[in-house]
Amino acid sequence: MDINNAVLKHEEKAVFALRSLYQTYGYSQYKMSKFEEYDLYVRNKNFLVSDNIITFTDTDGKLMALKPDVTLSIIKNSKDVPGCVEKVYYNENVYRVSKGTHSYKEIMQTGLECIGDIDNYSIYEVLMLAAESLALVSSEYVLDVSHLDIVAEVMESVGVSDEAKREILKCIGEKNLHGISAICEGEGKDGEKLRRLVSTYGAPKQVLPVLRELVGESAALMQLEQILDALTASGMGDKIQIDFSVINDMNYYNGFVFKGFINGLASGVLSGGQYDNLMSKMGRKSRAIGFALYLDLLEQLEQNDREYDVDAVILYEDGCDLAALNGAVRLLTANGKSVMAQKSVPEKLHYKQLLKLQDRGVEIIENNA
Amino acid sequence: MKSLKTMLNVALPKGRLGEKVYAMFEKAGFPCPSIKENSRKLIFENAEKGVRYFWVKPSDVAIYVERGAADIGVAGKDILLEYEPDVYELFDLDIGKCRMAVAAQKTFRDDPQKTLRVATKFTNIAKGYYAAMGRDIDMIHLNGSIEIAPILGLSDVIVDIVETGTTLKENNLEVIETIVPISARLIANKSGFKFKSALIEEIVSSLAKQTEEAK
Repeated sequence: MDINNAVLKHEEKAVFALRSLYQTYGYSQYKMSKFEEYDLYVRNKNFLVSDNIITFTDTDGKLMALKPDVTLSIIKNSKDVPGCVEKVYYNENVYRVSKGTHSYKEIMQTGLECIGDIDNYSIYEVLMLAAESLALVSSEYVLDVSHLDIVAEVMESVGVSDEAKREILKCIGEKNLHGISAICEGEGKDGEKLRRLVSTYGAPKQVLPVLRELVGESAALMQLEQILDALTASGMGDKIQIDFSVINDMNYYNGFVFKGFINGLASGVLSGGQYDNLMSKMGRKSRAIGFALYLDLLEQLEQNDREYDVDAVILYEDGCDLAALNGAVRLLTANGKSVMAQKSVPEKLHYKQLLKLQDRGVEIIENNA
Repeated sequence: MKSLKTMLNVALPKGRLGEKVYAMFEKAGFPCPSIKENSRKLIFENAEKGVRYFWVKPSDVAIYVERGAADIGVAGKDILLEYEPDVYELFDLDIGKCRMAVAAQKTFRDDPQKTLRVATKFTNIAKGYYAAMGRDIDMIHLNGSIEIAPILGLSDVIVDIVETGTTLKENNLEVIETIVPISARLIANKSGFKFKSALIEEIVSSLAKQTEEAK
């Protein structure tokens, strides 16, 4: 089947391209039902982006939910196999409440999950695929990478209370230096180290030396260096930035967390991280890392707006010769043109050419192109 | 008009605060003289500096920035606390200072056994404040003239912005609790920041210098 690239929308093209990318690296597609038992979500409510869930009672009386999230279902159905990593990708719709309208929205999500014996290679591979995924959507992208263990270490060294840590984490996510100062001052601590951590962002080459000075000996920093070195060696160094303002709930996430941005799109289109803590909360031994891409956002990308709805409109009259009409239409489509046969021109339709089927042949009535 | 992607778009709050903020941007090296001409235009551009300003309703600045129509903007902390937009809060400009406070009639005595009736424009802030105390409240959302609610017996207290306290005094009200101090903040769209960080950083550091000098 040949597909004319021009008729595909951004998100449709992305779905095909991403599927082939993930399969190249041995990920298999994970297909799931639209529903899942509500219980699964209620037990892990804080993991979800929005806590509103569409529920209904199934015929056997079980409370079901329309999937607000894919990751939990994948974890539930994966197995702990020592020494192995289960690699899956998905392309599913999820149902969430959109912030502005307070109403449910169907969101098309694609992403992948690695569950099992996660090592530095798995982490590198997922980050590399996250960057490749963004590159498939647009060449102007940035992948922000953070390491939550480094954030936790710095917070620990400043010595603030647990209550303040939550507040500080929020400020880190907002790059809110004055907020960090106020919280630390309130506890009689010096927030300078935290402020420096937040102000240290950008290309790994510039940021890593500063971090070494700031954090000192740290296993987390060594891991960050190793993986960023590998990504740089893969030629992604200029698209990847270290930025500690990428924050995810530390009750679920740990280690690497990352977020992808595309120039021209207002919010992050890719979000992911390691969620070993969620795994252990769910009673699992395996570790895990994954990400999701919000494909519905791609609609907003600047695309050359279609100037014309169709190339040609052919007008015909009741009782005209069917074979002649069909012949005229086929002649145009065979030349790669889009044609609409109508008895009168639809209102507000933009066409390049208006044709009319006459007894003696096709007559051009109007040329707009 | 250059596209959204290449210019730095700045949303300024209409009114006195916005004019003050523009003056700071001008001093930072991003002037746009046409903004001072008395006209009804809302968008002003300095193509050479690559910056475009527009005036919007103060409570809408955060929306413009969160949704990327503006890369940066200046909004009161009250608006940020109320709407919780997903943006970077880069700098405290230390102007437009006031506080979010609970006020009541001078004769008001709080009875903790009763549900407290709270009138406010800032329902999210009020909800959070009383939830943290574990206090049961009846929220009454009003869009303006909040001060008359306790006078007419519509509510026990109000949660509102207090600048000088004159309006409260004139209505025989007094502040009984300060919830949080408020000032104007420079906010940035998270995605816009990634692609225009050099320009935004230049502005932040100049604003920081000006604020320091003003102290």
